[in-house]
Amino acid sequence: MKFAVVVFPGSNCDHDAYHAVKHVLSQEAEFVWHKNTSLGAADAVILPGGFAHGDYLRTGAIARFSPIMQAVTAFAAAGGPVIGVCNGFQVLLEAGLLPGAMLRNRGLHFRCEYVHVRVEETDTAFTSSCRLGQVLRMPIAHGEGNYYAEPDVLERLERNRQIVFRYVNAAGEETDESNPNGSIHNIAGITNEARNVVGLMPHPERACELALGSADGRGLFESVINGLGDRSARTVPSSVAAAVGVLEQ
Amino acid sequence: MRTRVFVTLKPSVFDPQGTTVTDALHTLGYASVKDVRQGKYFELDIDAASSEEARRLASEAADKLLANPVIESYRVEVDGR
Repeated sequence: MKFAVVVFPGSNCDHDAYHAVKHVLSQEAEFVWHKNTSLGAADAVILPGGFAHGDYLRTGAIARFSPIMQAVTAFAAAGGPVIGVCNGFQVLLEAGLLPGAMLRNRGLHFRCEYVHVRVEETDTAFTSSCRLGQVLRMPIAHGEGNYYAEPDVLERLERNRQIVFRYVNAAGEETDESNPNGSIHNIAGITNEARNVVGLMPHPERACELALGSADGRGLFESVINGLGDRSARTVPSSVAAAVGVLEQ
Repeated sequence: MRTRVFVTLKPSVFDPQGTTVTDALHTLGYASVKDVRQGKYFELDIDAASSEEARRLASEAADKLLANPVIESYRVEVDGR
């Protein structure tokens, strides 16, 4: 399986993501510069963490207009799996690929620590190999991860089961103390209605090896790797790349 | 044409920075300051034939880029109007 790791000026978790899928999970991986207009023959896309375009204006606000985002949007619309981690999640929100927005963390601190999240849904492209209710220990590192959505949007997210991860304590209980940033409803990650686009603030790519403190993040990448067979029956990502090329011309 | 765009968080959205500034002002003794909402201010120098056109362009820029409609609202002023 081939992962495209999108690189914006200011991305800093691109190499972590590349390392996780290429060296830990033995998949193909390729960096794709944000000025590219094609994702090539990628089967899955990773929008990595960092500070794309310096986080100027708002996190993800400028990255959204990078040329590669048209290809990412078309890839996602055709059912291709896309994961946005941390800053990548913020880019997905600004691009409108996922609903809601990010506010400064409650308390204003940049939080850099391990957190626990509970898997709330297992029928998304990135959680199909996880167990429902499974508690994952992964690191966070962000100043703006305070997820917000209007009440009607929040209600729709809950009704459509689009909340994929919630901050919990080690026992898997949703508490205010376990919420590191003030996110509404303890939301750590969400998916779109088609369930192929997932965004989350914790870093699964930094939690793929026990030597680094946790291997709980592997499940997210294993989900999309294991799920490729199912998806290829209904979407052909390389044709998507070709279609994007046509749109560009 | 000098055009100003003021972007502020919607009243329903919690403003952690504004709350912190409020607390700091209280520490300085300004007990009469009940609340602070922090926002962004943009000055756009627009090549436009009329203030209406400048306003329209600035509003478009705010809709597309300067403000995030999920959490923010904005106000446009042209030449102080």
